Amino acid sequence: MRVGRTPFALPQVLRDVLAQGSGRLGMTIVCLHLAVAVAAPMIAPQDPAVQDAGAMLQSPSWAHWFGTDRLGRDVFSRTLLGGREAMLIATLATVIAMVWGSALGILAALIGGRTDALVMRFVDAMMSIPWILMVMLFVAALGSSSAALVPVLGFSYGLSVVYLARAAALDFVARDFVVAAQIRGHARWSIALTELLPNVRDSLAVQGAMQWSWILLAVSSLSFLGMGVAPPTPDWGQMIADARGIMQRAPWALIWPMLALSSLVIGMNLAVDAWARATGVDRNRRVPGA
Amino acid sequence: MTAPAPKLEVEDLLVGGAEFRVVDKVSFTLAPGESFGIAGESGSGKSTLLLSLMGMMRQGLQHIGGSVRLNGLPMMGQTDAALACVRGSKIALIPQNPATALNPSRRIGAQIDEVLLVHSALNQRARAERVLDLLGRVRLAEPAVTAHRFAHELSGGQVQRAAIAMALAGEPEVLLLDEPTTGLDVTTQSALLDLLVDLRLRAKVGMVCVSHDLGVLARLCDRIGVMYAGAMVEEGPLALVLARPGHPYTQALVASIPRLSTGGLPSPIEGSPPALFHLPPGCRFAPRCALVQDACHSQRPALSWVEEGHKIACLRPNMAPKPVAHRPTTACAKGAPLLAVQGLSVSYAKQGLFAHKAPKPVVEDVSFTVVRGEVLGLVGESGSGKSTILAAIAGLAVPTAGQITLMSKDRTADLAARATDRPLSQLRSIQLIFQNPDASLNPRHRVIDLLAQPLMLYGHVPRSDLRAKAADLLSEVRLGAATLDRMPAQLSGGERQRVAIARAFAANPDLLLCDEITTALDVSVQAAVLELIHDLARKHDVAAIFVSHDLAVVRAIADRIAVLRNGRIVEINTAQELCARPVDPYTKSLLRSVLEIPT
Repeated sequence: MRVGRTPFALPQVLRDVLAQGSGRLGMTIVCLHLAVAVAAPMIAPQDPAVQDAGAMLQSPSWAHWFGTDRLGRDVFSRTLLGGREAMLIATLATVIAMVWGSALGILAALIGGRTDALVMRFVDAMMSIPWILMVMLFVAALGSSSAALVPVLGFSYGLSVVYLARAAALDFVARDFVVAAQIRGHARWSIALTELLPNVRDSLAVQGAMQWSWILLAVSSLSFLGMGVAPPTPDWGQMIADARGIMQRAPWALIWPMLALSSLVIGMNLAVDAWARATGVDRNRRVPGA
Repeated sequence: MTAPAPKLEVEDLLVGGAEFRVVDKVSFTLAPGESFGIAGESGSGKSTLLLSLMGMMRQGLQHIGGSVRLNGLPMMGQTDAALACVRGSKIALIPQNPATALNPSRRIGAQIDEVLLVHSALNQRARAERVLDLLGRVRLAEPAVTAHRFAHELSGGQVQRAAIAMALAGEPEVLLLDEPTTGLDVTTQSALLDLLVDLRLRAKVGMVCVSHDLGVLARLCDRIGVMYAGAMVEEGPLALVLARPGHPYTQALVASIPRLSTGGLPSPIEGSPPALFHLPPGCRFAPRCALVQDACHSQRPALSWVEEGHKIACLRPNMAPKPVAHRPTTACAKGAPLLAVQGLSVSYAKQGLFAHKAPKPVVEDVSFTVVRGEVLGLVGESGSGKSTILAAIAGLAVPTAGQITLMSKDRTADLAARATDRPLSQLRSIQLIFQNPDASLNPRHRVIDLLAQPLMLYGHVPRSDLRAKAADLLSEVRLGAATLDRMPAQLSGGERQRVAIARAFAANPDLLLCDEITTALDVSVQAAVLELIHDLARKHDVAAIFVSHDLAVVRAIADRIAVLRNGRIVEINTAQELCARPVDPYTKSLLRSVLEIPT
């Protein structure tokens, strides 16, 4: 039985995550992916960009473990390296989305009244524009580059964070300890930071991790459409688009990047789910024994 | 002569989990038509005991040993189907909070009808008549109208009556009451107790009533048992137990109840009850007992007879306790005026864009002054506007008329309506303490962080001195420096309220606003908080406005008392004068409603 939690009880939360089967599986998959992404340049057996006209569409062999694609590139090396760029973009965009989204959401909840209404209608209006349209406008204006994707994904995915942060903070703004801080005379930003943020922290962390996997999927989709990660940098979405036409003749070129992408997203979801239970964000399903 | 067979027999009942007992070897019997009261503070296991009398266990708890027999038939180890025949028809429970126990989306009549459907063979028309009859029996005006209402359309007292009607529907022989009047206004409480006494006499039902309030039990019960940390420590006829409590805990409990007749500060019980996981090896009360001996720490006393009908679980029952003498409050020095409220009116603004109902004033034309260093009590029932007056002074409710003037040491100024428009010096001199420390302390901050906020904001205490200063504040509220690194959830309710008080004093205020600050606490803890507020206010020459629904509590601490009704002050006088010679009829009826335990 646990009573209360000290402000930084990360080890305890981690223990509770790993105590769950789904949490263990999810964390293993995600950590494996992260390790591969970091180590890929060292362990990739071949240059992913090198084309070999003599070895096109080869089936898996000792030379090419995952076979080769239609330009004769090594699918194994490309799969190892193909998540790096997308993960980097997703990470940066998530940070941007979480920072501005939670700041605006918490302040809207705290200030309330007309300001709150104005902010939320602005978010509503922005939400009504499909994010992909926004990305296409940006890419058309700035060219297809990772640097252009980060801010635009950070902005469009931050919109839903505003909703979540506001809803989570609204649970607390009417509590006595917030009222107490107000009549003590603390500034608004100080109340948001010291009274509200620690209480919505867990919800936001879970939301952030979910956002990360969504943005990763979005980047891959954009790459698939040719608006994301630009060649010659290898990327899963790009690889899938590339191998689509030769699916029957060289299924290995399609299957491996697909497996990599979907396993990462599924792993992340499992881990986030377990995390939500461990921190009590998911109130309906508790960690057994906690 | 043989005594009639008991209705209910509880023998050595053990309820708990793997490593703890919530109810530890409790035994008692209930004769037909008798009323047995179980007194105890929060966490004493009294509600768990009550539920287990119906064969019900709270989540995480199980029946470990002992027996409960109703009419000689065991209640433990029965199938749910077997218990369902008994529950409602032989034994019925009136839950602690009827507002949440009633289904909010079904009409009152339909819910009572459901009980009849299960436990009677009546046809629909007969059941409908019976519903009205039952609602009439609990003295609800216009039973036909009430039957068609939803729970949220009734007042607290009416909901409680409806719940009683529902419990009576199956014509039970034993009625279980869990804190029957908690959360009700004093006059409502008094009327409800009249009803229960009357029902008992007429319907001849047995009652087991659980309450933290000895005054309630004194009205309802013939015999009482006192529970402490899961065990029954004293049992006997009510008059005997209250007049000559033998167990040191019972004595201390009785001494911690504020008395309207005598006034003065009730005596707190030092320390806090043991955690159920770490019960002391000997007597459970030994660590807090004033009469403790060496043997108490090693031997666990059993409940045993000390005289006819009176049982005590103590190694050396003290049969000649000191008479209860409350510490008189020290008189406050006549100081200069500090706060003047003049013609204050507050109405809550209309809600929504299209609302056109004229706002109803919550506070109307209220005027009073507070002198430096005095404690002014504001007493009234719910809806009397007492909390709204505090909110207006604190800058949380905007007055529609009138003004509030603060005469601080250097200057006199009218307070701005909103706290956000007031200068920091004014905010500092008025500090609010909330009813529920669970809500007023941020659950994510350590005690040191909570105390650091006002210290840094008003006192500009440098970071290096924060810990020492915060420890000083804690020692003023009689908490150790070890508390500094605790989270609020790791503290007991009383300790949390002390932290809240320390936080208020960290601002070095001139005026404390106390909003029902003892309502969420046990009596023994309440006594400690009252003593603390009194001592600190006198020591630091701080004035306080003490709001409570409980006249006896206000009488204990206040120098002057203002009685509020429907947003107006009906009477204001010195505490002693007001209680001894009330002028207003409403004050008189409030005084009559206070449940004094017989001495």
